Amino acid sequence: MTSPSAAPGGGRRPVVEIAGVSKAFSARGQGAGRVEALVGIDLSVREGEFVSLIGPSGCGKSTLLRIIGDLTSPSSGTVTVNGKSASRARLDRDYGMVFQAPVLFDWRTVLGNVELPLEVMRTSAQDRRRRALDNLALVELADFAGHHPWQLSGGMQQRVAIARALAVDPAILLMDEPFGALDEMTRERMNLELLKIWDRTGTTIVFVTHSIAEAVFLSTRVVVMSPRPGRISAVIDIDLPRERSVDTREMDKYFHLVTEVREALRGEERRDIDARRVAVEGLSG
Amino acid sequence: MAGMSIRRTLRPLVGFLTVLVALLLVWEAIKFIGGDRWHAESVLGTGITIDHVPPLKLPFATDVKLPHVWAIVAEFGKLDAEGTTTAARLARAAVFTLRNAAIGFILGSAIGLGLAIVLVHIRMLERAVVPLIVASQTIPIIAIAPLIVIGLKADWFGVAIVSTYLTFFPVTIAALRGLRAYDPRALELMRSYAASPAAILRKLRLPAARPYLFTGFRIAAPAAVVGSIVGELPSLIQDGLARQIITGMQYYSLDAEYLWAAIVVSSVLGIGVYLLVAGAEAWVLRHERRIDPATA
Repeated sequence: MTSPSAAPGGGRRPVVEIAGVSKAFSARGQGAGRVEALVGIDLSVREGEFVSLIGPSGCGKSTLLRIIGDLTSPSSGTVTVNGKSASRARLDRDYGMVFQAPVLFDWRTVLGNVELPLEVMRTSAQDRRRRALDNLALVELADFAGHHPWQLSGGMQQRVAIARALAVDPAILLMDEPFGALDEMTRERMNLELLKIWDRTGTTIVFVTHSIAEAVFLSTRVVVMSPRPGRISAVIDIDLPRERSVDTREMDKYFHLVTEVREALRGEERRDIDARRVAVEGLSG
Repeated sequence: MAGMSIRRTLRPLVGFLTVLVALLLVWEAIKFIGGDRWHAESVLGTGITIDHVPPLKLPFATDVKLPHVWAIVAEFGKLDAEGTTTAARLARAAVFTLRNAAIGFILGSAIGLGLAIVLVHIRMLERAVVPLIVASQTIPIIAIAPLIVIGLKADWFGVAIVSTYLTFFPVTIAALRGLRAYDPRALELMRSYAASPAAILRKLRLPAARPYLFTGFRIAAPAAVVGSIVGELPSLIQDGLARQIITGMQYYSLDAEYLWAAIVVSSVLGIGVYLLVAGAEAWVLRHERRIDPATA
């Protein structure tokens, strides 16, 4: 574990600064009261970084992403994006969002889908067309501009969603398990494509995943989270060369980092089990 | 592909015709069993003479109450005192009725959709207004029609308003459902673009509502025709189908076929506008995802 300041890209200006963020939901039924989804989150993401949030389900990684994107608000703490509040950043259209499902509009063509955020932003028709086509070219789908989403494979649909997110030139790209629904081979290809896009655009990316291999392969930093209550348990710098390829997955360094992330996750799991055992023994004893 | 789509459009048509023929056969079978005596000299010039006395006497199957199918068909070619055929007269009446129905349908759809758009944005208003809208439809249209038509002191416009009254309801209900039928994740996406409520309406809610809206339109279109005919009744407007139906009723014992001909024209009109809406739906939604196991 290293301190965040030593992370690659250190010295660049921070794009996201999260300080003391907590989020509690009032649980329905079971008389459970409130569920602590996140407690005491501090995290800083610098310009051009690729940060992955990883953890078991229920660790609040998606909630944290949604808080950064101002799709939900924290119970306490502050989120600053580009020196502004998260809600200001959303109104300024600083975000590009990609979800697990592509969420494309069936009634629009591929091109029309990529133009959607630009239409909302009232970009001129000419500019809109050009930027949409540029970004479709970036995800290598320029030839499918006139198709409708349901005519495309799952991987292609997700690439359209990425092009749509990039069309607005976002200061930060928020991705919530974007490849989670894809098969392993498509996913690995998409990982390479995403790195290519990241390389070309230099966009700051925050990426939620539950795949250790994916997190290590893509990121400059991996943030390991643990559940009950959701918190950051480790931040691991991925000091692999920035140029990554299929060969990266066979480097010793890659294996070591995968192991490091896995142990950080497992350590949390063990502690969690221990904690519950203590609680149970406490009750019975 | 082309062969498939032709088959796809023909199949329901074949089904419809089969059912229609079956109904007409049942009709004639009833007459054969319990109607009046069948007598025809040299059917269609073949020299064959039909003479059949049905075994039973069913009171509803007499030639006055249930004319032969061919008698109704023949009625369309009959000439009146001014030398116009029944077909031409009914067609002219149908055009008048159809025009008012179309105006009513357009007005009613616009009001229904507009109302639903307001209601989905103001939840409180929805709870207050929807019961009233439902109540409005429990009042018999026969009671409301004179109030509207005579109250408005306008002929065809009052009729169109009665038609509107019947049309807006199914459209409102369908739109209320449809405007909420968007993918919630898509709403989240629009929020991440900081989209205004107007942009969300235009780019997400309305397009997602279209299949629901068309279901409403399918119900509303024949209702608009009914509303138009009922609207003509109170002030007995001369130009529409209502007048022809009333005439048919008045002369029923002399010329039962005339009423049946008017009924046929009215229902053809209803089916026609329904098919028009269905056709429009197929065209508008032609790019929607097909229900196809390969993509579902």
